Amino acid sequence: MADMAWNAIVAVERKLKPRDAVRCPLPQFAAWLAPWMLLFAVGLYAGFLCLRDGLYHTNMDNRFVFGLWIFLDLAIIAFGGGAFFSGFLLYILRRRELGAIIRSAVLTGFLCYAGALLVLMLDVGQPLRAWFTFWHPNTHSMLTEVTFCISCYLLVLAIEYLPTILKNRQLRRIPQALVFGWELHRMMPVLAIVGAFLSFFHQGSLGGLYGVLRGRPFAFREGFAIWPATFFLFILSAIAVGPSFLIVVTRVVEFITRRKHAGGDVYRVLGRISGILLIVYVLAKSVDTIVWLNSTSPQSGFRAWEYYAWEPFGTWILFLEIAGLGLLPAIFLLYFSRTRPERLFVPALAACAGVALNRYVQTIQTQALSTLPFDQFVTYSPSWQEVAAFLGVIAFAVIVYSASYRYLNLFARSH
Amino acid sequence: MSTTRVTRKPRRYGMVIDIDRCTGCGACVIACAAENNLAPAHSKATERTGVTLVRVVTLSSAESPGTGFGQPRMAAYMPLMCMQCEHETPCVSVCPQQAVEVDKLSGIVEQMPQRCLGCRYCMTACPYHARSFNWADPQWPAGMEATLNPAVAPRMRGVVEKCDFCQSRLNAAQDEAAMNGQSDPGAYTPACVEACATNAIVFGDWNDPESPVSQAAASVETFAWLEKLGTQPKVRFHSRQPWIRAMAARGGAAPAKEVAHG
Repeated sequence: MADMAWNAIVAVERKLKPRDAVRCPLPQFAAWLAPWMLLFAVGLYAGFLCLRDGLYHTNMDNRFVFGLWIFLDLAIIAFGGGAFFSGFLLYILRRRELGAIIRSAVLTGFLCYAGALLVLMLDVGQPLRAWFTFWHPNTHSMLTEVTFCISCYLLVLAIEYLPTILKNRQLRRIPQALVFGWELHRMMPVLAIVGAFLSFFHQGSLGGLYGVLRGRPFAFREGFAIWPATFFLFILSAIAVGPSFLIVVTRVVEFITRRKHAGGDVYRVLGRISGILLIVYVLAKSVDTIVWLNSTSPQSGFRAWEYYAWEPFGTWILFLEIAGLGLLPAIFLLYFSRTRPERLFVPALAACAGVALNRYVQTIQTQALSTLPFDQFVTYSPSWQEVAAFLGVIAFAVIVYSASYRYLNLFARSH
Repeated sequence: MSTTRVTRKPRRYGMVIDIDRCTGCGACVIACAAENNLAPAHSKATERTGVTLVRVVTLSSAESPGTGFGQPRMAAYMPLMCMQCEHETPCVSVCPQQAVEVDKLSGIVEQMPQRCLGCRYCMTACPYHARSFNWADPQWPAGMEATLNPAVAPRMRGVVEKCDFCQSRLNAAQDEAAMNGQSDPGAYTPACVEACATNAIVFGDWNDPESPVSQAAASVETFAWLEKLGTQPKVRFHSRQPWIRAMAARGGAAPAKEVAHG
C-alpha cells in the first residue's frame, strides 16, 4: 500500500519536471530539502516569538536599534541588484549572452527582495502599520522612498518571474496560461526599464538612509542636491556586485547539480562588467572617504581617528573594505574574465563580501560609535532568535530556488 | 453665530540645565515616569532596553580634554532628555510616516505613537540617544493602573517615545487659558522641572527675552552638547566648571571603555 502511494507520488512529481531535464531522484531531493526545511521552521518559530511577545527577544536596544536583520536587508538587496542590472543589460543593451541566466537572475533578485521584506516585517515594532507609509508618506524621508520602491520592485520581479512559472510542463497545457505567459514575456523590456528605475532609486536611498544622518557624523555625507554621497555609492556598489553575485549563485548551482548551466561567454560578460564597475566604485569610495575624513567629519566636530580608536573597528576595516575586498577582486575579475572565466568564483565571492562589509560598517559601526563625549562605545551580539530568523530567510531562499530549479527551466542552456 | 479667529503667539519652549546644581538624585526621572505613565521595567529589561524619557548621566573629568595630568578627578551629574532640536531636526526628516513633527506654536518636537511604525530610524538619527523603544508590552502590577495619569495615553509595544516637555501639561494650560478667555497658555511647568529639588532645570520660552531660559542663556558659561552638528538644540546647559565646557567643545567620546550587551 505504502509502495503504491509512493509510486503515485513519484509519478505525479515526474510529470511536473521539465521534459528531458536531468534531475536527481525524489528521495535525494527530499534529503537535500530536509535540513533547509528544519532551518526554515526554526526561523519561523523565532519570528513568531518576536511577533507575539515583542522585540525584547532580540538583543537590539535603545542604542543599538539596528542589528543583524538590517545588515541582512542591506546586503541581500545589494546582491539582488544583479536581477535588475542583468535585465537592463539583456533587454535594453542587448547583451544576449545573459539570456542563459536571466531567469535564474530574476528568481535570485525576487528571493533577495522577498527575504528582505520578510525580515523587515519582523524588525519593525508594529508590522500591521506598514501601510501607514503609503497613507502618510513623509516625502523627505529616504525610508519612504525605500519602502515605495522595494514594494513596487518586488511586484515587478514577481511579474518577471511569472512567465518562467507558466512555462512549467503542466501549466503549459493550459492555453490561457501559455498566452498570458507569452504576453508577459513581450512586456519584459518595459519591465526591465521600470525595474532599473525603481532599483536605482531604492539602492541609492538605502545609502541615503545613513548619509542623511546629520546626528551621526560617522555616517553623514555631503552630496549633490538632496542626495548624499552614499546615495550614489550604494547604487554603484549594487550594480557592481550584482553580476558577481550571479556568478557565485550560478557556480554554486553548477557545483551542486554537477551540470553546466552557463558558458564561458556568460561568465566573461558578468566578470568584466562587475570588475569595471567595482573599480569605478572603489575610486568613488576612496574620494568620498578622503573628503569625509578631511572635511565633512571635522566640520561636525569629529576627528577621523576617533572613529577608528575602538577595537575591533580599527583602520584595518577601512582598508579591507576598499582595497582587500574592493580593488583586489576587481583586478582579478577583469583578469580572469579575459583569461580563465572558470576561476571567477573566488574574486566574485570576495567582491560580494566587500559590499557586505560596507553594509555591515554602515549599519553596525554607525550604531556602536557614540556621538556624545560622555557616552560609551557599545557592542552588540544578536540573540538566537535574530540568528534563527536570519538563517530562516536564507533557508526560504534555498527552498524556493531548489524547487524552481527542479520544476522549471531556470537556465536556458543547461547541459 | 459668529466665530472669532484667535491667533497665538508662537513659542519656543526650552530648558537651561545647571549641571553644577544637579545632585543626580533622579527625582526628575521619577517625576517624568509618573507624569507620562511609563510602565515598570520589563522583567528582562536591561539598562539599555528600558523606557525612559530622561536619564541621568555621570560626567567624569577623566574623560575631559580640559583635565590636565595631576589635576584632581571630578564628577558631575546631568539629566539628559530630548534636546528639541530646532534646525533640520534629525528625527523629523527621517520618519517615513510623519509620526514626528515640530509644533510651530510651541517649538516642541512631538512624537505620535499611534502613527509610529516602530522602524527606529529616528533613534538612529538622534545624536543624543534621547529616544526609547517599547521592546515589550507595558505592564503595571495589579492596582497600579489606578495611579495612571488620565491626561496621558500609555504607549503600546513596538513604538518609539521621547520627552515632549510634558505636552499634557501644555494642553491643560491651553484649556485653562481658553476658559479664561485667553488665547495664549503662557507659562507652564514640565514635571521634571517641578520635581527638581535644587532648581537645576530652568524652563521657559526662548522667544521671550524676559523668560528664565533667555536670562540664563546670557551667561558665557551656557552651552549646548554637540553644538557643531548645527541642529540648534533648545535644551542648553550651564556650568562654571571649565572641564565640563571643554568636554562639550569636543566632538565624540574619548576611547576609554566599552559596554558589551547581548
